[in-house]
Amino acid sequence: MSDIKDRGVLPDGRHRPSKDQINPQTTKTPMPEQEAPYRIANFDEVALGYTPEMAINEAKRCLDCPKPKCMHGCPVGVPIPHFIEAVAAGEFAKAYSIIKHRNALPAICGRVCPQETQCESQCVLGKKGDPVGIGYLERFVADWAFEHPDELEPVTDEMTRSYNLPIARERGTAALMANVAEKARKEKGTSDPDIYDSENEDDDLDLDYDAAKARVAGRKVACIGSGPSALTCADELAREGVEVTVFEALHKVGGVLSYGIPEFRLPKSLVAREVATLEAHGVHFELNSVVGRLYDIPELMEDMGFDAVYIASGAGAPIYLGIPDEMYDGVMMANELLTRTNLMKAFEFPWYQTPLFMGRTCVVIGGGNVAMDAARTVRRFGADVTIVYRRSREELPAREEEVLHAEQEGIKFKFLTNPVEIIADDRGWVRRLDCVKMELGSPDLSGRRRPVEIPGSRFPMTVDMVVVAVGNRPNQLVQESTPGLAVDDRGRIRTDKSTHETNIPGVFAGGDVTTGAATVIQAMGTGKEAARSILGYLGRLS
Amino acid sequence: MYPIIEIEDLNPEVVRLVVEAPAIARKHQPGQFIILRIDETGERIPLTVNEVDPEAGTVTVVFQKVGATTMQLAALRPGDALQDLVGPLGKPTDFGNAKRVAVIGGGLGCAIAYPEAKELHDKGIAVDLIAGFRTANLIFMGEKLQAACDSLIIVTDDGSNGHRGFVTDALRERLNAGIRYDLVIAIGPVVMMDFVCRLTKEYGIRTLVSMNTVMIDGTGMCGCCRVKVNGEYKHACIDGPDFEGHEVDFTSVMERSVQFRQYETQALNNYRRQHPEATMRRS
Repeated sequence: MSDIKDRGVLPDGRHRPSKDQINPQTTKTPMPEQEAPYRIANFDEVALGYTPEMAINEAKRCLDCPKPKCMHGCPVGVPIPHFIEAVAAGEFAKAYSIIKHRNALPAICGRVCPQETQCESQCVLGKKGDPVGIGYLERFVADWAFEHPDELEPVTDEMTRSYNLPIARERGTAALMANVAEKARKEKGTSDPDIYDSENEDDDLDLDYDAAKARVAGRKVACIGSGPSALTCADELAREGVEVTVFEALHKVGGVLSYGIPEFRLPKSLVAREVATLEAHGVHFELNSVVGRLYDIPELMEDMGFDAVYIASGAGAPIYLGIPDEMYDGVMMANELLTRTNLMKAFEFPWYQTPLFMGRTCVVIGGGNVAMDAARTVRRFGADVTIVYRRSREELPAREEEVLHAEQEGIKFKFLTNPVEIIADDRGWVRRLDCVKMELGSPDLSGRRRPVEIPGSRFPMTVDMVVVAVGNRPNQLVQESTPGLAVDDRGRIRTDKSTHETNIPGVFAGGDVTTGAATVIQAMGTGKEAARSILGYLGRLS
Repeated sequence: MYPIIEIEDLNPEVVRLVVEAPAIARKHQPGQFIILRIDETGERIPLTVNEVDPEAGTVTVVFQKVGATTMQLAALRPGDALQDLVGPLGKPTDFGNAKRVAVIGGGLGCAIAYPEAKELHDKGIAVDLIAGFRTANLIFMGEKLQAACDSLIIVTDDGSNGHRGFVTDALRERLNAGIRYDLVIAIGPVVMMDFVCRLTKEYGIRTLVSMNTVMIDGTGMCGCCRVKVNGEYKHACIDGPDFEGHEVDFTSVMERSVQFRQYETQALNNYRRQHPEATMRRS
């Protein structure tokens, strides 16, 4: 490896920028956004995106470290310094190809990934100032690509192999790595997943690719659900020539990207465009198909000819507070609020015919991203909104950016507050929410300090709307309809942590249905890993 | 797209719609339902299935023209198509080992009581069907109902068909006459199901009710179809639509049923402005 002071070409093909080519700015180039007073009156996207000049300016902050750490923070292995180098050179089409060959959904990840805990947390610039705005740059590149479809280079196998990326040596293309794993299994009698990172397999990489691909071409795989995990898995498989059918219960593809994340954070037109790129790779979508009711897994595999199934049905079932009484009118689960607004476009009622009940004074209970999304949605309908959270600001599980946006939009927070009773008028309409004050005691199993009720601290809040956003758990439809499928005590499907295979051969699972509610990028990461083991499984079928 | 094969008025309020949906027709069982969306701007509404024909690949639903969506639906003609149709949803009815069953339908509920009665009747189980309507000219599917049971009683609120009374009166009469049902299935307005349950509780007869709540996704996600059953929140879309009637908290179901009234009125007025030819007959 070249010395860090050595300006020139790195072994992986990147050019080290000279000192005068680096932008010495220590803060992230800010992204323009709609001002709060305007944006609370519309559902348009809050962040407006970089101009090409801003993007180049930000990209030039990257030092092109010889051993970049940022990639290690990325669950799907985007070759981050490589695409940033292309952006800095103004080669946006190339940057897009570099991202897209590792990440099926860049326009989405650029918006909703928690970069601050992933790629950007690893950036060396973060030690003295802001890290490089990797998320902002990814978003810029994806948006640019959508606006310049004629200038894009197709993402081909040859291109994938032509990048001499360290990440490619570690992870390789999916089929290739499945092949390597298979070889290792035969030679060493092990299917140890660590083999993927084993350096002594490097020599075989170039030789076996076509054979690996030929072994899986034409095999059929069903993905259950069409959220980020299933989409990523489907894309990986389709690019290796596997015939993939995605079964979606709703009338729109995207899972949580369509029904959960609001338009002002992730425009649905972008989800549709990313899905279109998957269709171009040959992924087939079956809408309105509830697996567990219309079809079940034995049927898919025995009667419908699928060689393998990937279950990524998510964590869509709401968790109730369990206080009296969540039946009252004006009380709803965040899922209802968000589904009516995002999937059904209630903000355009009555032109779109789905209504949303809206009060004037609303309390949203919870402190995660869903609570922030719910509060900001209600705010846009014109209500006064307070978020009630039982721990303090430091423990908020929501992304800092979301909390800041919520505060800017005039949403109030009541920390260390826990609801104990919802009180309604004599016709069942919510009128009051009684809460108690909390203090933080000793750390619980999650390592966070456990909130403890302060005796005698009960107080009323006058409200006419309550939104419950205290979490979601996996829906049980697929589990209940699949005889023998192993599930844990919280309804999550049990899988092998590295192969993502369930206890039923040929049936794999990943994303929130195996972990409980988590992030989009984590779900994508397991989708990608699962695709690799599905390819291995398909390769072993004769 | 799901093509419409047939559409006809059963009475001035109630419409029968036959849609082509082979996969659903093949899988459907009595008690289950579908959710449909007419077009891109449409809402998702749950409708219980009246009949399926697996060979023809069709699903029949019966609905009442009560709001913008159902009026728009009633205006469709063969050759039109629904944008979305999803099903079968919900659990099939669990008849247990019942030997003698009373199936009770109230108004539109008769359309759904029909397949339940027919299923039991076809299995050779003794079925009495009690159908209630507001008035005689609203009675529909009389012959079909007759063919699906051992005995059929039709009562009207105003007595215009010659049998005045509520379904509970007819049921009480039979119970007092010494008929011992081991299962009662009640499908209709929430108030009716509530009163049937109060009556059967006195006699200790297992009673199933079918909850027709507001729904969106139909897969247990949004929570808006929740019903309090035995003190627990159950989702009518995946845990139901049938529940043990003696465990259902009907008061909260009734209160929740009006939650969207102002929006429904707004949508209906909007629809009528755009479609002046549409009339609404509702007493």
